[in-house]
Amino acid sequence: MATYLAKRIGLALVTLWIISLIVFFAGQVLPGDPGRAILGNLAAESSVRALDHQLGVDRPLLTQYWTWLTGLLHGNFGMSTQFRLPVEPFLRAALVNSLKLAVLAFVIVVPLGILGGVLAALSYGHMTDRVISVTGLSFATVPEFVSGIVVIVIFAVGLKLLPVSAAAGPGASPLSQLQHLILPAIPLILILFGYIARMARAGTIEALNSDYARTATLKGLKRSVVIRRHVLRNALLPTITVIATQTGYLIGGLVVVETLFNYQGIGNLIYKAAGTKDFPMLEAGVLLIGVVYLVATLIADVLSTLLNPRLRLGNSG
Amino acid sequence: MTDITGPPATGVVVAQPGRSGELTPWRLLLRRPTFLAGAAILLFWVVCAIFGGAIAPHDPLAQQLLATNIRPSAAHWFGTDQLGRDVFSRVIAGARDILVISLLATTIGTVLGTAIGLVMGYLGGVADILIGRLVEAVLALPLVIVAFLFVVALGASPLVITVVVGFVFTPIIARTVRSAVLVEAQLDYLSSARLLGEKSPYIMFTEILPNVVPTILVEFTVRLGYAIFTVAVLSFLGFGVQQPTPDWGGDIAANYVTLGAGYWWQTLFPALAIASLVIAINLVTDSVEQVLAS
Repeated sequence: MATYLAKRIGLALVTLWIISLIVFFAGQVLPGDPGRAILGNLAAESSVRALDHQLGVDRPLLTQYWTWLTGLLHGNFGMSTQFRLPVEPFLRAALVNSLKLAVLAFVIVVPLGILGGVLAALSYGHMTDRVISVTGLSFATVPEFVSGIVVIVIFAVGLKLLPVSAAAGPGASPLSQLQHLILPAIPLILILFGYIARMARAGTIEALNSDYARTATLKGLKRSVVIRRHVLRNALLPTITVIATQTGYLIGGLVVVETLFNYQGIGNLIYKAAGTKDFPMLEAGVLLIGVVYLVATLIADVLSTLLNPRLRLGNSG
Repeated sequence: MTDITGPPATGVVVAQPGRSGELTPWRLLLRRPTFLAGAAILLFWVVCAIFGGAIAPHDPLAQQLLATNIRPSAAHWFGTDQLGRDVFSRVIAGARDILVISLLATTIGTVLGTAIGLVMGYLGGVADILIGRLVEAVLALPLVIVAFLFVVALGASPLVITVVVGFVFTPIIARTVRSAVLVEAQLDYLSSARLLGEKSPYIMFTEILPNVVPTILVEFTVRLGYAIFTVAVLSFLGFGVQQPTPDWGGDIAANYVTLGAGYWWQTLFPALAIASLVIAINLVTDSVEQVLAS
């Protein structure tokens, strides 16, 4: 187990390092001349060069990468060029807001998705199965801003039940905050539902066709007992892993949903940083997303290993 | 799945082996209502993309400043937008760019991804490990974010979106092709080819490639769905086709601020257009996968 964990963390660190290379390449190498980008086309060549020197972008690329990377390791995420303030407090506040939205979506979609997948599997090949599978997958392919527009038109403009904006005023009660977050959560829920239901369905079908399920049925257990005690326990394991891998997607979805509903989360922060060419903010935000994703998949891997005796006691650990 | 393996059909095949050609994949596809529905919607949008402005009732670019924000009516089926442009005409004309960009991007990704996947799977070694790690890193970031990062750095234009989405898809497609190649690599015909002294490029492109074509086709349709998704999102975020060119994502971005004022038709109809297109592609993909699997 310890060896497995060490290997797993090692691989995650390698992946993180490659992500940092991608981010550095896109953020620092591609934009050309940052001094020129900040000062504009009319600025004198000498002042552009002075600013480049001040920003440190006229040094060799490897030196720049090294400074940037060691800064990150020391918790120095750089200075935002749009606010002229350290990036870190902005990231932290935005991450908390995004977590609220993500947690709400997860709390609703995980039970729903598992329920949908299991129901589909139990009526395998019949109408219910086809309806759940096809609608689930269809919803999963509709971009968040599209389903977002549809729910806004129905619930906010048509029925006037819920607010259009996700941002409750400062000091709003938790209930009011929740009310503002329901509409933005729906697009995320629709997309995640398809993936989670598909995994739960596949896992349940596999468990239903297994030898142990047949044995349980043959020894005279009731169908409900077989399903509850033998099928579901084994079926839901792979689903946990999928739920964790969806966190990465979820954050991508947040960019769109937070922009549409004007919610001050990490996605909105990255989007605004991109609009103002605030590369330190953009890079730190994207890197943070990579870290969150890797941590989530790591936890999922460890969790499914702990829950699965075959992996836990196997020779791998 | 069950509807295609019913007793009568199998009976015919068994009794008259000569007519077994009846159950070609194509015929199986045509029996699926989900495929027919998806293909019909897709065909509709392709027609709109080809003829665009010619079949639209109004000029999608013509502004009527005395007829702004008009509700859907007989004259303007989907109403007019803030500049008095006919929303119905813009929805029809908007099919072109998203379809062209998504198709081109998916083609770039499929061609490059297939070549890299063949090399990874057949030659293995250092290239395999390096590209494998790269794929892992790209997959750790949401697709939209990766595309977003490069589009921001390179500037917003339809060309940039096409290339960036194509490049982002390349490693993902390469991974799928690689696993298909690994399966093929264990089969006898490859050892025979090697014993005959064929060169690696010949084996990869002439012997293996035709055998992994079904996998590549399925991957292409799946990726096309994702491409439309990604392109629509990037357009909505303002990185795609620029106004005033009609574009579903861009039109939603330009008009969604008026939702609060109750002008729902300006955003709802382009949104439904995107939804119908991605769902249609999904229905087609799902049917193709099911038929190939059966």
